[in-house]
Amino acid sequence: MTPLQILQEKFAADIIETHCFRGDETAIIRPASLRTIAQFLKETPELDFNFLMDLTAVDYLFYAGGRIQKEFRFEVVYHFFSLKYNYRLRLKVPVDEKNPEVDSLDGLWASANWYEREVWDMYGIKFKGHPDLRRILMYEEFVGHALRKDYPVNKRQPLIGPQN
Amino acid sequence: MSFMSSPTNFFTSKLSDALGWARKFSIFQYPFVTACCGMEYMAANCSHYDQDRFGAGFPRFSPRQSDVLFVVGTISHKMAPVLKTVHDQMCEPKWVVAFGVCTCTGGFYDNYSTVMGIDTIIPVDIYIPGCPPRPENVIDGLLKLQDKIQKGEQNRTLYDPRTKTGRPAELQGGYSIEGHIKHIESAS
Repeated sequence: MTPLQILQEKFAADIIETHCFRGDETAIIRPASLRTIAQFLKETPELDFNFLMDLTAVDYLFYAGGRIQKEFRFEVVYHFFSLKYNYRLRLKVPVDEKNPEVDSLDGLWASANWYEREVWDMYGIKFKGHPDLRRILMYEEFVGHALRKDYPVNKRQPLIGPQN
Repeated sequence: MSFMSSPTNFFTSKLSDALGWARKFSIFQYPFVTACCGMEYMAANCSHYDQDRFGAGFPRFSPRQSDVLFVVGTISHKMAPVLKTVHDQMCEPKWVVAFGVCTCTGGFYDNYSTVMGIDTIIPVDIYIPGCPPRPENVIDGLLKLQDKIQKGEQNRTLYDPRTKTGRPAELQGGYSIEGHIKHIESAS
């Protein structure tokens, strides 16, 4: 059984959608179940996803030139890897624009701490339970979140030097 | 020290020539290395291209001990105040070299995070474009810088993207040779 099949069997109610392109397994899950599923992936001996490779987000505003309207504006994307079994799994969590918040995975993988700060910095998605949710790349004086699709592409916020 | 105030200014001009000659072959550079251009800077500095032939081989890692600020690599808005502070800490006379296209104009980083040319923050004397510049290009820039040092020329203007012209730089007061000569004259 692949990790995705194990997940589908165990958490059928929490999985919205799955797909597997050339062995690249992806599950879109309900935000409320994120913490439980992540803990299951990490602590089940047959899976042993001990490595959080990447944690990022996608902004679907103006997706495909505005032709595709998604139900939720954001998606937080998690890439897990099992060093022991060489498994890879991708989890996606839809996030609402009005209340952009998901659970933090900081207690499970230490690397989640900085990844979540980066997602907060760039997309303005909050992580519930994060111990230190500050900007990580931009300076504190920066207003807005730079990788949101509605951030003006020509907007500059220099600390010193000429303002535009 | 009366020769310095002689009516023809003969000795003063010759003194500045001698100072320029001495300075241009004893460039102590401060490498402000932030990005990939740093590798090319190291290549230009190592034995194959050997910047030390031109008396510019010895980097000092304190701004107070250096004459030329080499800004090597992309400068982000977060880094900009640091660069300004380092430049302010350098003693006069000082020169600035913009190494690589990111420092010259921002390069292809036309985005929220990157300074569009360090000449909007500190005055730049020599621009070495390229992504990254070839070591030959760097040495060419160094020779042009030596010409400027010999003539005693220093850029004192910043680029203003709003008006597309220069504006005077507000620099911190530091040591200057004119001030030093005045000091000697007043002491004698």
